This record gives sequence, C-alpha cells and structure tokens, in this order.
Amino acid sequence: MAKIKQTSPGKNAVGRRGFLKGAASAAAGTAALAAAPQLVSAQERRGGAQPSAPQPSDATLARDARNVRPGAVTGVTERPNSDYMVDVLKALGFEYVAANPGTSTGGIHESLINYGRNSAPEWLTCLHEESAVAMAHGYAKIENKPMLVVLHGTVGIQHAAMAIYNAYGDRVPLYMLTGNSDAAVPSHAAVDMAAMVRDFLKWDHQPKNLAQFAQSAIRAYHQTILPPMAPVMLVLDSPLQTAPLQQPMAVPKITAPAPPSADLASLREIAKALVNAENPRISAGRSARTSAGITLLVELADLLQPSVNGNGDQTRIAFPNRHPLAGAGAGQPDVILNLEGGGFGGGRAKTYSITSAEFLATKNYNVNGNAPGGDVVIAADAEASLPALIEELRKLITPDRRRAFDERGKKHAEANAQTRAQILETARNGWDASPISLARITAELWPLIKDEDWSFVSPGSFMGDWPNRMWNMSKLHHYIGAQGAGGMGYGAPAAVGAALANRKYGRLTINIQTDGDLNYAPGVLWTAVHHKIPLLTIMHNNRGYQQEVMFMARETTARNRGADNAHIGTTLIEPNIDYATMAKCYGMYGEGPITDPKELAPAFKRAIAMVKKGQPVLLDTVTQVRG
Amino acid sequence: MRTVTRIVLLAAALAAAAQAQELTGNAAKGKEWFFNYNCYSCHGFSGQNGPGNRLVPMKMSQAEFMAYVRKPARMPIYSAKVISDQQLADIWAHIRSLPDAPAAADIPLLQDIIKSSK
Repeated sequence: MAKIKQTSPGKNAVGRRGFLKGAASAAAGTAALAAAPQLVSAQERRGGAQPSAPQPSDATLARDARNVRPGAVTGVTERPNSDYMVDVLKALGFEYVAANPGTSTGGIHESLINYGRNSAPEWLTCLHEESAVAMAHGYAKIENKPMLVVLHGTVGIQHAAMAIYNAYGDRVPLYMLTGNSDAAVPSHAAVDMAAMVRDFLKWDHQPKNLAQFAQSAIRAYHQTILPPMAPVMLVLDSPLQTAPLQQPMAVPKITAPAPPSADLASLREIAKALVNAENPRISAGRSARTSAGITLLVELADLLQPSVNGNGDQTRIAFPNRHPLAGAGAGQPDVILNLEGGGFGGGRAKTYSITSAEFLATKNYNVNGNAPGGDVVIAADAEASLPALIEELRKLITPDRRRAFDERGKKHAEANAQTRAQILETARNGWDASPISLARITAELWPLIKDEDWSFVSPGSFMGDWPNRMWNMSKLHHYIGAQGAGGMGYGAPAAVGAALANRKYGRLTINIQTDGDLNYAPGVLWTAVHHKIPLLTIMHNNRGYQQEVMFMARETTARNRGADNAHIGTTLIEPNIDYATMAKCYGMYGEGPITDPKELAPAFKRAIAMVKKGQPVLLDTVTQVRG
Repeated sequence: MRTVTRIVLLAAALAAAAQAQELTGNAAKGKEWFFNYNCYSCHGFSGQNGPGNRLVPMKMSQAEFMAYVRKPARMPIYSAKVISDQQLADIWAHIRSLPDAPAAADIPLLQDIIKSSK
C-alpha cells in the first residue's frame, strides 16, 4: 500500500496566481453590488401583508438558497477507506478519472487527488456527467480499455444516463463509481442507486465492506472489458468511503480474463461452408476490438477472396477501406459470415453469425448489433475466434479452390474500384457552393493530414460519410464509429476523450462537429482547454437538426398541411449561433464563421499548426445539410 | 397537303397553349420557398448536396417538375393545398438559377484523391 506523503502542487494543480487573475475586477464588482440599492422584497411590494403560510426554518432557507455547507469536522481521519479504494483503482491501471464533483463521492474524490497524488488516474474536470461518460466512451474506442468515471448519486447518474446508453449500444468498456449519501441533500440518496440505469449496465454492485469492494472492483473490470464490452457501475456508500481504514489491506491479484472463442466444431462448419461457397461475403461489424482484429480479418480476406463489408459509418474501422475486397463486390452472396453484428443476411444466402452480442440479448433495449440474426448463430467473440477459423480454412483450401478464389477476388476488386471512383466523383456536387459542402471540407483536409498519424473521431453519417469514402483508413484509430445508440450530445465529449487518448501517441485528432450535438453540453470545450488536449474541431454548422427538418417535412406533407412550419423546433437560426465566440469564451482558439470554400485550406493549415503545438482549436464552417 | 398543314397548325397551337400555361417563376422568391418548404433539407442549399436527388442542372420542364412534386415517386407529396403552382414555378426558377458544379475531372484536388484510392 502506498504511503501518504505531503506533496507540493504538481503539474496539474491549479495555480493560485491563475485562480486570482481577474480578482481586481471581481472586487470592483463586489463594491458595486454593495453600493447598489437594496432589493425590495416581494412582501414589501405587496404592502407589508403578512404571509399566511408558516415561516420556513433556517435549514430550509439555507438549502433553498443552495447554502449547503459541509458538516462540522468532529475528528480527523488520516487514513480513510477510500485510500484503499484508490490502491485498487491504481492497480487496475486507470489513467484518468472523468467526473463532475458531488458530495456523495467526496471521499473517493479526496483520496484520488491527495492520496493518489492526482496521477494514474488523473482527475478530469467535466462540466456535465454526460460529458464525463462520453469522454470515457471516446477514450475507450482509442485505448481499448476503460476510463474511470465518478458520478454523483441519483442526479449525476441521471445526467449521465444518455451517455451510458450510448456506451452500452456501442459495446465499449465503461467503468463507473457512484456515491450514495443523504448527508447534504436527501434526494441524492437511493435504496438501489444503480436501478435507474441498470437496463443498460452489464453489471453493478454495492459493496458492504472494503473486502467486497476489492472483489467487486476487479469483477467489474473483468465484466466491462470482456466481450460484449459494456458499462459497469459500483455504488459506494458515503460512510464506506469516509470511515477510518481499520487495518492495512493488500490489493488482490488482478488477471485479465480471456475473451470467449467459438467452439471448434462450429468453426469447422463455418470453414467448410466458406470454402465451398461460390460467392461468400464477410460483414465485419464490430469484429475488431484491437488492431489485431483488423490484421486477422485482412488475413481471412486474403485467404478467401470474399467481398467484405468492412466499415459501416456506425462502427469503428474493422477492415481497411481501400483494400481491393472492401465493398459489396460483384454479384450476390450465397454465404454470409456476420462478425459482431455486421448484418443479417441477404436474399437466399445462408448466414453464419459469430457475435458476443448474444450475451446481452436479455436486456430491455434493442440496440446496434444486439438483434438476433443468422441461420447459425454462435455466441462468442469474433476477434478471438478468427485465428482458429483461419487455421481451419487453410486445411480445407485445395489448389483448385485457390484458383477459383483468385478469380473471384479479381472480379470483386474491379467492381469495388469502379464503385469507389463513381462515389468519389459525386464529391464535386456543390464544390464551390456556400454554405460549404461536406465533401469539400473532407477533400481540403486530406492533403494536410494524410502524412500525419491522424485520427478521425466523429460519426461519419451526418456528413455524408465523406471521410470514410475519401480518406485512407486502415488503422483502428482512423475511425472510431458513432454514438452506439444514436443519442446526441456524444460527439464533442467523445472527441475530447479520444483526443486525450491520442495525445500520448502524438496523433492529430480531427472532430467534424455537428452544431446540434455540441449544444447539448458545450462545456467540454473548457475541459479540453483546461487539460491541454490537442484537438481540431471543425464545425459542421448547418444551423439545425437537419435530419429532423426532413422528417418534419414528411410529417407535414403526409397530413397535407403547414409544410412551411417544419422549421419550428428543428432549426437553430434567429439568431445564428457564433461558435468561434463560444470557443473563445471557454478559452479555446476559435475562428469563423467560414462560408467561402476557398478559405478552408488556409484556415485548416493555421489550425493544424496550432493543434500540433498541443492546443484545441475550433473552426466554425457553415455547411450544407449533409453531402 | 391540307392534312399536313392542319397537323402543323395544331402542334403550333398546342405549343402556344403550353407556353401560355407556363407560369412566370420568380427565382428570388423561389429561393425563399426552397428554404421555407424545406426543399434544402434533402437536396442541400445548393440543390445538389444531401440525401435527396441532385436537382442541378434542372432537367425537368416546369410542367414536369410540378407534376412530379404533386405526385412524386420518392419524396414527400406537396399538394396544391400546402404549396401553390406559382410557388412551385418560383422554386423551379430558383433551381434553374443555381450553378452546376465543375466536372470532377476539372478539380485537381478531387482527382488526386480518386487516383490515390485505386
């Protein structure tokens, strides 16, 4: 167990000088307030009539005025239980803890920043719990491991709920601690704290003592990293955090469990079907949990020469998008291998499915990849199953089949190249238009990033999928997919979390940020600045929830009335939102609005130079709706 | 000969009638309607960016355009109750005023990307 040492403020400490900057003006403001006329009370305005209701108590008034104060300290606890909790959390290898502070988690908060020296994990100040969870979501999609998230009881969890649901839908590891305490505000305690989000948790527990905490902390880690990866939550009663540690406790041994592989008999059946098929197709889905997953899928494709649906806009990259076999290929498939929710068959094709999503099938929600499908469904992790499948295929492929595969591969490659070129030619649409086309933005960026180690961290579907079509994506961090459950408010914080994970690799992180999404919780811009997270954010500012404009247009015309009212509630105009100023108010460099496509390249060059020096930058570009 | 003359005269009369029936569209107003009636949400402000069909260059005659919008194959139905013929004529004029994009072959940046994708 680590010993407590008195430490001087580290590199992450907030400098007093910085904190007091502007104090003079604040003091002037205070003086102005003091000199201002006293406010007239409502009672005085009514002519001094006495209220009929009973007077509230001092305690009620204090609470209503948000004057909640810490209780008096009756004794010093130099070694609380939460110090041991930090020992366990450090052993689990967390780099960061994303959190918005709350009284119910005060004990663990204090131990993390003092006993844990605010290092591994380092506390990330988040301005909304949804941002904290979405940051962890984006981080996990780069790092393949969870970020710790600390949530205040009841209120913090409810703020976080949408982001937890997205993480569940996207099958990413997410490790949450929450507190349970009625010491400050009774409504922040609950009998069953995790109940409000349990439908989209894989596992949760409220340990009764420290020994249970250690076991549960490790079990929670296993549960969240084992496919299907999904959110977990531990509930920490406030007294368990703050009570004195009675005796030194060792951290239990931590071992990473192996993901479940498909059984050999099933893999042999699949191998036989694939080798005998005339035109097999592989749908990659979420099959690549790690870089090794991409390598394995390429090996499988090179062996079998099938068509490979590698990169849906919703999922992280699983197959290089410029591989000759990437695409629908030529002809209709007769056998389909779906890996981790890659699709559910087509026409008369016999469909085999290897998916860990089956293990989440009892949950209440039907999210991406969780729907059952296939003629033969094998509940296992696809990436873990591929080595044995490849081995079985090698045993079955004869020289005759090899020649047939090669011929097939050539046809697929030709068809895919033709399709790719045709799609790219449509990028000319609106090339010189203002508002600016998303294809133009994507094209202008490419020559500036292609020689960098870049990472595109925002959902592609809202921008016509242009980055996925234009950019050469071959690595896991080149594209991290979408929200998981389609919940808005994910984009900006997930991008910041992904950029944080990319920082230590020196990667250039790019976020093409939809305007509607940013406005859910824009405070994450401040978090990016505060923690010096380099990130290029380019606003996809089409001034509305344009998908909803389309749907509302359909609703009105389907009812044959008020088609010119579809903008009500769906657009973000009058006034237009000034995102460059928004960025500046959070301390971030902001530029724009940019409306002329000719101004893109110089602005991108300026911005990339700043990002490469380590700072987040926002460029506001006014854009077409999608394409 | 008399029959041929009659046919020519009839065709001329029909063309004149069609010409007379074509409404005079106001492109400036059409721009406003294009926005207010949400055409842009599927076709883009440019008439060529979005999930809807490319409208530029407009290949339909005014009559064909109106007929399609009233009874479309793949978009919401805009009846005469929600948008008038005159407004559609304005929108048609606006779409016809929108510039086409340069050919892909004339965009070096795009050509570089297409070449590198092969």
